[in-house]
Parts: sequence; structure tokens; C-alpha cells
Amino acid sequence: MRVNFTVNGRPQEADDVWEGESLLYVLRERLGLPGSKNACEQGECGSCTVRLDGVPVCSCLVAAGQVEGRDVVTVEGLADFAKQRACGSTCGTPLDEAKQWAAKGQDSQTGEGTELSPIQQAFIDAGAVQCGFCTPGLLVAADEMLERNPNPTDADIREGLSGNLCRCTGYEKIMDAVRLAAARQSEGV
Amino acid sequence: MDFLRPASWEEALAAKAEHPTAVPIAGGTDVMVEINFDHRRPEYLLDLNRITDLTEWEVGQDSVRLGASVPYTRIMENLRAELPGLALASHTVASPQIRNRGGVGGNLGTASPAGDAHPALLAAGAEVEAESVRGSRLIPIDEFYTGVKRNALAPDELIRAVHIKKADGPQQYSKVGTRNAMVIAVCAFGLALHPETRTVRTGIGSAAPTPVRAKAAEEFLNAALDEGGFWDNGKIITPSVAKQFADLCAAACNPIDDVRGTASYRRHAVGIMARRTLTWTWESYRGTAAHTEGVA
Amino acid sequence: MPTTGAPTKITQGSQTKGGIGESTLRPDGTLKVTGEFAYSSDMWHEDMLWGQILRSTVAHAEIVSIDTSEALALPGVYAVMTYDDLPTDVKNYGLEIQDTPVLAHGKVRHHGEPVAIVAADHPETARRAAAKIKVEYRELPVITDEASATAPDAILVHEGRDDHHIGHVPHPNIVHRQPIVRGNAEEAAKKADFVVKGEYTFGMQDQAFLGPESGLAVPDEDGGVHLYIATQWLHSDLKQIAPVLGLPESKVRMTLSGVGGAFGGREDISMQIHACLLALRTGKPVKIVYNRFESFFGHVHRHPAKLYYEHGATAEGKLTHVKCRIVLDGGAYASASPAVVGNASSLSIGPYVVDDVDIEAIALYTNNPPCGAMRGFGAVQACFAYEAQMDKLADQVGMDRVAFRQLNAMEQGTIMPTGQPVDSPAPVAELLRRVKAMPLPPEQQWLSAGEEADVRQLPGGLSNTTHGEGVVRGVGYAVGIKNVGFSEGFDDYSTAKVRMEVVGGEPVATVHTAMAEVGQGGVTVHAQIARTELGVAQVTIHPADTQVGSAGSTSASRQTYVTGGAVKNSCELVREKVLEIGRRKFGSYHPAWATAELLLEGGKVVTDGGEVLADLAEVLEGETVEVEAEWRHRPTEAFDLRTGQGFGHVQYSFAAHRAVVEVDTELGLVKVIELACAQDVGKALNPLSVVGQIQGGTIQGLGVAVMEEIIVDPKTAKVRNPSFTDYLIPTILDTPTIPVDVLELADDHAPYGLRGIGEAPTLSSTPAVLAAIRNATGLELNRTPVRPEHLTGTA
Repeated sequence: MRVNFTVNGRPQEADDVWEGESLLYVLRERLGLPGSKNACEQGECGSCTVRLDGVPVCSCLVAAGQVEGRDVVTVEGLADFAKQRACGSTCGTPLDEAKQWAAKGQDSQTGEGTELSPIQQAFIDAGAVQCGFCTPGLLVAADEMLERNPNPTDADIREGLSGNLCRCTGYEKIMDAVRLAAARQSEGV
Repeated sequence: MDFLRPASWEEALAAKAEHPTAVPIAGGTDVMVEINFDHRRPEYLLDLNRITDLTEWEVGQDSVRLGASVPYTRIMENLRAELPGLALASHTVASPQIRNRGGVGGNLGTASPAGDAHPALLAAGAEVEAESVRGSRLIPIDEFYTGVKRNALAPDELIRAVHIKKADGPQQYSKVGTRNAMVIAVCAFGLALHPETRTVRTGIGSAAPTPVRAKAAEEFLNAALDEGGFWDNGKIITPSVAKQFADLCAAACNPIDDVRGTASYRRHAVGIMARRTLTWTWESYRGTAAHTEGVA
Repeated sequence: MPTTGAPTKITQGSQTKGGIGESTLRPDGTLKVTGEFAYSSDMWHEDMLWGQILRSTVAHAEIVSIDTSEALALPGVYAVMTYDDLPTDVKNYGLEIQDTPVLAHGKVRHHGEPVAIVAADHPETARRAAAKIKVEYRELPVITDEASATAPDAILVHEGRDDHHIGHVPHPNIVHRQPIVRGNAEEAAKKADFVVKGEYTFGMQDQAFLGPESGLAVPDEDGGVHLYIATQWLHSDLKQIAPVLGLPESKVRMTLSGVGGAFGGREDISMQIHACLLALRTGKPVKIVYNRFESFFGHVHRHPAKLYYEHGATAEGKLTHVKCRIVLDGGAYASASPAVVGNASSLSIGPYVVDDVDIEAIALYTNNPPCGAMRGFGAVQACFAYEAQMDKLADQVGMDRVAFRQLNAMEQGTIMPTGQPVDSPAPVAELLRRVKAMPLPPEQQWLSAGEEADVRQLPGGLSNTTHGEGVVRGVGYAVGIKNVGFSEGFDDYSTAKVRMEVVGGEPVATVHTAMAEVGQGGVTVHAQIARTELGVAQVTIHPADTQVGSAGSTSASRQTYVTGGAVKNSCELVREKVLEIGRRKFGSYHPAWATAELLLEGGKVVTDGGEVLADLAEVLEGETVEVEAEWRHRPTEAFDLRTGQGFGHVQYSFAAHRAVVEVDTELGLVKVIELACAQDVGKALNPLSVVGQIQGGTIQGLGVAVMEEIIVDPKTAKVRNPSFTDYLIPTILDTPTIPVDVLELADDHAPYGLRGIGEAPTLSSTPAVLAAIRNATGLELNRTPVRPEHLTGTA
């Protein structure tokens, strides 16, 4: 079957989709967007978290056909998404938060000059990334949590991220990263 | 495999009538796991996401008509006052991402004994609104679960909504898992006090082939509360009554040993949860009652 | 006792920003947060096919027949291969013993063993084809434990063994046996005023890395193949892959793709050979990605173990002797079992002084899932048991549990049971002191909240099982010892190629190794070392591949030590060449070029007095300096097969934990409130990464204390919970705060004085949590993980 939907603001079309394919498979294997990760394919790890019409969901559990005509944001579009949100919230005054915290490139693989969202930068700065496989899903989930709850308590953060497994960090640096992003967000406003 | 995308409820019923083997998919949190893990290859997938009525609810005089696809997140956020037991149960479902997609209709459709909503529905009292091109009917929740992962739906029927009695007293819900979040129930227990009818209802999950009520325990407690005048005098329930209630709840279980827990543990834990939830609800009832008297 | 860090040898570049000792950020961080970092499962190629493995549905059986005809007939299927299609006489692989069939031949020895492989144009086509392969099994009795493995009439899991261990094992179903005898435990036991005996069980833990096994094999025009893969050791894979394909190693090119965690689970081959076979057979690129279910069958696990201990102590609390016997279940294939036996035996008494010991460790061949490397590698199981023993013995003697450990703690100079002296700092007592001195978390926080208790802070969490009823707090301590690097005489080396040149007017260093970055931060540290040694700001980390010499495995806490050491060494050689060029170009302008000790700092050549002699850019103008060199740590030797004596280990690593738990004693649910850790790291090359490693290791230890276990049916040897629904790993709500106290006592034998750090925190975390639960409940708890039924008498 054919599926048309919007990903990170761009209309996309996927052809010859097998009816049992998930949104995750279509993103990764058909649209060249492998940022969302396939760690369990049973909704237990959150590595494939994307926003479907704004709502964080496990893309491995959304049938491809269910996204027809809908709007998806993945980790690849998170920086733009956050930038637009920041612009929108200041009534048209461009508040380029993402740029302010852009990566300071040091080494060859840093992806110098890449604009990042506050939560992405906080994950780098706090040391919340190790193998990084859980990172895309955590970023999408954490970004949405901070959108709803800009000043979360530690218990709020833990509950908000309880659907995202990480095997490397012991979660402490992830806690640090979310606290850091929240603090920077409240300073920035 | 074919993917059917009805745009309306009527189209969905027609599609289900034409293809009774079609598997309805809404939140996808059960169906897609089975497809991803190659446990199931349905001939037809019947997508219900385009039918927006299913994600709506109406609060009526005595009950809430909850659309089959209202996500658990919405229940937690919006129906805590009307459906406190189900709201608590919803909060124990998997993870935020799953609660954003999954709903009670899916829980009922799958009818797994481990479904988190069942004990709360049994305790509150509910009816399942099932519909086909032949017409609509309300199935009492006590008659809905017919076996392990089997329910009372006819092959051409879809679940449209659940009618759940609005709480007329305190309700509680507890679930045991071996992790502090995102866990399938080892066993679960729901309890609702119904001061208007002076009855108590229970629901037990994951401790029998189907979700069940502990009817003997309910009858015992109804009688004990009645005899002692507890509903009126608001006294603390005596430990021996609470213990016997807990024991009867444990006795209502017919559990198995599996990788999630032993049968013996399940019986034990249901007893503990029964005692604790009774204490919590009764304390709450006493508090409310005292408060009401004070105002009067 | 030393309490402060001895000065470490930093010869170069302390003035260069971003050098060692700083918490520089990951060079791959931006790519990982934007989703652009390419993991092995992200690989894609035009016209690629999807590979699928058919696995055995039974644990032990003869294969009567395999019929692939229906599968081959399915449209979209390009190849179906079985044992009969293997191209050469080499049909097995294995890390140490080549006992593992690429595809089953005549027999399957464990549940989930690969039987056939399929390549098709879509993963669903491949799955359907695999399902159409008909395999007829004749089931055999299963061997599942020591009794069934060593029974006189036991079926041999492997007939006709000819490996180098068969000569010294008491039964062919024992992979390897290592006794360690020192002093006279029998005699010493007579001096004991208190004796404690215990029998312990350690469950099968899974690495549960989040990125499942995956890779892409692309056929090359020269008849070879290029494999993009997530692994821990490219060159070890290469050695095992090439002979099966019948290709010289030069025709099997391997590039490391992004690795989604490893923890030992990628030490062995998984889908590598299968992908290459299918690519060569079809002439098309073939991608294989396991799903989570298959991943539980696709890699080895941590050995489950039975441990039998006897400890004795005098009335004053001095340990008199230890006798122990450790039985590890290696499962159907050897994997790393022999080395795990070596570790378990040599580290079996923990970081304590005991002169009289009688130790035996064995690994069994059974029909259970194969077990091998996992973080902590044999030392984890032992630590769980000896720390339980130490608590029991302290109680018998009537001493404080921490003080009892401190009284018996090893220190620099202590002789190990193997006869090897500990020749670098061993601050065991100090780590215990530090972890005990940390402030305790506030008493039961939820109490002050009254009726509005936040269930998220209580056992059971969101499941709303208690509002405080039945909840008791407990505190427990543990300490452990882990070896660093490959032991027992293994030639453990690494290779680094370092290049220096001017790019855009700036001096740039390029570091090229085959080290597998699995998340540990090796790439961060390599850049730091290059900056420190070469005085440059810009460092390029070349992708890891087999175009450079072996880096050894990313395991055994060894990469910063060994590949870090190799990078340092190659940088030093590059530096000498740069200075030679400098002398040639500019020597005549300043006498210091000939007389002074010269350093590279801040992009300049400077004297040790700080005088600038030249810009590096000037020196390197028109020049490229490149060195590829191997580097080894000091040699070790094998343990004697009868006595276990020998200089077997390179270095030791120590960590101590204090666990604070709250247990719902009625429901048997546990909430770990805090897991404090003190660890000696020698020298923290990157403090942020060091703390991250310690916290991550700590939580893997927590997992196996309270929830993680692969459950194998003892009647069928089949795995019962191969999914993340039923194999539970800790969520962020199960995870406590983890305060970390880092001690830096230099090991003079190691580069910069550093100590391998990755594994030690995984050891002591588990027994500390168990001790805290025992403290809360008063139960004996001789197994891990401890489940609710064990805490409520309903097992």
C-alpha cells in the first residue's frame, strides 16, 4: 500500500508498504530517517519514540497505515521543532535558543555547526550519552515532558521518562541533563 | 494482509461484518507486538484511528460513557473524580508512550487476564457497548470475560464504548510487578465502595484464567459492614474483618506459576492488596462521612 | 594508609586545552543526539537483501532432516543455506575453542541454535521463508546442571573433544577446571573460632544492550566482502569469519558501525558469518537485524553459578581460611568459559588477606544457553557469594561488618591466592571508609508526606501497592576486586596509527585504531591523549576498521589502559619524529633544540622551561608524520593447572558500595533509595566519563540483584522469557541516586597511572543491595536476583 504523511514538516510518501510494517520501519528503511531506534519492537524501551500529531508514542507500535495524513516529528527534526516552538512562544520575536547553545566543535565527528535543541545540547553537556542508542527516544520524550512541565521535580522526571530504557548510564547523567535543560529554559525565558 | 481504513463507525461495522476475521487495531499496543514478533498474521487489519468518536467520552448522570479508544493518559488526567479506580489503574499501564496510545477498548478486546483496566471495571461496575451491523448491545462486565484471552464478543462485533458507573464512594487500585514502572501485572486488585447501595465490589487481575471478582469476600464484607453498622457509624473496620476479607480475596484466586511469579505468591499478594486497599478506601470513606456530618 | 592521590606521570601537554584529566565532551555526541550517528542496524544499501536465521525450537536433538524446497520456491527469496552449503571445511568458530557450528550439523545443543539462513527482498518474505523450512528433530535428554552433566552415563554435549582443556578436566562435560591451592586450608581451619558455610545461587543475567545484533555485508568486486558491524573486537571476528568463508583475511574488510552497547555480549560472533555467507552466495548486500526476541538467543549470557563457601575467622576477626567451589554453567558452547573460570577462581576470595585457601572453579557444558563474557566476567558471581559470607562471619565474630572487612582488607604488597603480589595501590579499607562516610539519604521521605505520600518514592512505585505499610529500610555494604586486561599469559596488545600534519594552517593529529567504541568513551579519551602528547587542538578520530592492526577487545576494563597506552606510545613516537624535523629545519637558530627537553604544547614546540622554539605549523609545513605501532602491557603467565599459582593478572581494580533500600516486607517489593560508590581509578583521564561508567555499572549490578534473570526451564532447557516484557532491566524509576567518590592512586605500571574502571562497580553493587535487603528483612537470601516470592516465603 501507499502511505502519505508529514515528517518533520515535510510531506513524505512511502510506496509498496507491507500492511504489517510499523511506522518505525517506514521511517528507518523507506524514508532514510534511521534516528528512531529499533531496540525492542514491543513498546518496552522507548527508543523509537516519536511525536504523532504532537503526542509521544512508540513508533514500533503504530501501524504504517495508521499515519496516513498525520504529522510525525522524529529526533532528526527535534532541533527545528524546538526552534519553531521557541519562536512561537515569544510572539514572533526570533529567540534563537538553539543557536545560543550550539555545539562547540572540537573533534572530527562532532558535526560542527549543527544547530541543536536545548535538550540535545544538555544531553551532550551533562554526559548523558554513552552508546547513544536510547538517546533519540529519550530526547523526544524529555523534550515533550519539558514542554508540558517546564519545572519538573526529580520524581516528575523519573515518571516522565519511565518508558525509556537506558542500559549504559544508570540514568544519573540523564537526570542531570533534563535538570540542566529545564534550568537553561527558565533562565532563557 | 489487507489494511482496512474505515472513515466512520458505520464503515467499520460494515467492514467487520464483511471480514469477521479482521483484527481491529487502535492504539496498536497489543496487536503490533504480535505482528512484530511474528506471533500473528491477520488476514485483515481494521484501523479504528480515523473514527474520532472513539476517543471521546460523556459524563452522564450515573455513568461515564467512555469511548473505546480514549487513551489512558486522558482517563488519568480527566476522569479521576468520576472513575478514580480506573484512573489509578490507567496510571499503572506500561509507560507514558503506551498510555498515550492504548485504551480500555483494547484491554477488553485482548481480554488478557493481566489487562490493567479489568479489576477497576469489575469493581466499579461496567457494561461493554458492543455493536455490529445487526445492532448494539450492552454486555455486563461480569459476563464479558469468558476465558484466557477470550471474551463475549461475536465475530462481527466491535467495542464502541464502555459504560462505567460513576464513583459514589472511594475506589482504589493496586498492582504488583517486579519493577517500579513499566511492568506487566504479576497480579492486581481493584476495590470500590458503593455507599449508595452499601455494597463493596472487587476485581482481581492476573490471578485466574480471567479477571474475576472475589464474590464470597464481597458478600462477607457486605454482611459484616451491615451487621456492625459501619456504614453509619464510620468506625474503623476491625482487623479480624479485614483479615477475613483479605483471606477470602486470596481464596478467590486460581493462579498459575509462570515466569512472572508463583501461584502461591499471587494468592498471598492479592490478600495483602485486598487488606490495604480496604484500609485506604475505608479511611477515605470515614473522612468524607465525618466531613459531611460536620457540614450538616 | 595512603589517602591522597600520588602524583601521576604526565610528561607532555599539561598546558594544552582538552587534554587528559579534563571532562571533554564526546566527539560523537552531536551525531548521537541528532540521530545521524550510524549504528549497525541503520546501514542501508541499494538492492540490499534481508537475512533471517531459522533457529532450533528444541534444546537438544538430532536433526533427522531439513527440507528447504518450499522456502526456496517462495517469490522474493534469493538464497536458503544450511550446513551442507558451507563453502569450506571450516564449519565452526569460537573465541578460544572452535566448537560452535556456523549452522547446526546433525545435532542442536541449545534452544535457539542457528539451523538455516535465508536471504530475501523484504524482512517479512525472509521470515515467511524461514517458517517454511521443515526441520525434523529427534529429541535427546537435556543436560542442565552439574549432576546431569557429570553423571556416569551422561550424554556428552560434545563428543570427541580435542581442545587443550580436555586433558585436565575430570569429565568431558566440564569445559575447564582451575584449582587454586595455597597454604593449608585444612590446618588453618583448626585455628578458626568461627566458621561460616554457605551455598549460593547466581541467576543468568543478560547484557541487554539496547542495540540488537545487526550488520550489513556487501560483496566486493574482488570476490571478497565488506562487513559493517557492531562488535567488541574487529580482528577477533575477522579471524573467525575468514576461514569459514574460505577467504584470506585481506579479502574480508571490516568497518565498525555504531555499537548500541555491548557489556560482553558482542565478544562472540552473532550474525557476522551468516550475513557474509548470504552476501557471497547472492552477490548482493545482505542486512541482518535481530529483534529483541532473537537477541536473547543471539549472544552469550553471564554464567549462572552455584557457589559453595566456607570461611573461618579467629575471635579477633582475622580470616583464617577460605574453601570454595564455584560451578559455572557454560551452556552448550565454550565461548569465554575457560577465561571466566580463571577469573572466578583467582578472584574468588575477594580483596582480603587469606593465606590458606582451597579453591576450585569449573565451567560445565550443558544444553542451556551458551554463556560467556559479561561485565565483571566471573568476578561478579564470586563477589556476590564472598560478600554474603563476610557479613555472616562479621556477625558471628560480633564485629561491625565494615570494620571486619577493613581488618582483613588487602593492601599493596598482599599476596593473592595465586601467589602473585599486589604491586600497586589497593585501597580497599579506604574505599570502605569513604563509602561509609558519605551522608545517608534522609529517613523515609514519604513519611513526612502523610496521606499524600508520593508512591513514586515507595516500593512498587506507580503501581500503588503501599502508602508506607510494611516498609522497612535496610543498609548494606560490599567491596570487590576485578582484574584489568586479558590475563593468564595472553598476548594482550593494541595498535595505534597516529598521523600529524598541517591542515588549513593548523596542526592536526589523526588517531586511527581498531578499538570498538561501544559507548565507553574511548574515542573521547584518544583525542585527549593526542592533545596532551602532541600539543594540538584538533584531533581527528579515524573510524575503526581492519585497515590498522588489532586493538584487542573492548572488554576486561582494558581499552583505556591498552589502546590508550598504544595511542600514547604512537604519539610519543610521532613527537620524536616531529622534533627531528624541527631540529633539521630550525636547529641552527637556537641551541635549545639540541640541549633542552622539548615538549609540544599549545600548538608550539617549547622547552621544559617554557621557551617557545617554533610553531608546530611551521615545523610540519610540507611534512606528514605517521607512525603505526603495537603496544603491550607487561606480560602475565598462565595459572598452574594443579595449584593455580602464577603471575596471572596485569592490574586490579577496586570499588565499594553502600546500598540503602526500602523493602515492602509484606509484598516483597524493593525500592533502592541510594547506591553510593567509592572507586579507585588510578587517574581519571575524563572524570565525567569515569563517573558515567561507575553509575552505569552500578545499575547493572542493581538489576541482577532484584529483577534480571533469564529463566530456563530445567525440564526442557528452553528459555522462558526472551523479551523485554519478561526480562526486566531497571527503569529510571527503579534507579536511585548514585553518589560517587573517585579516588586516584596511580599505578606506576600503567599509562598515566590509570586503572581500568568499567567492571569493578558491577561487582559490589549486587551484594550491597542484597545485604541491605537482608538487613531490612532478616532473611538469609542465598540467591540473586531476589524476587518477591523469595521475600515472602511463597517461592
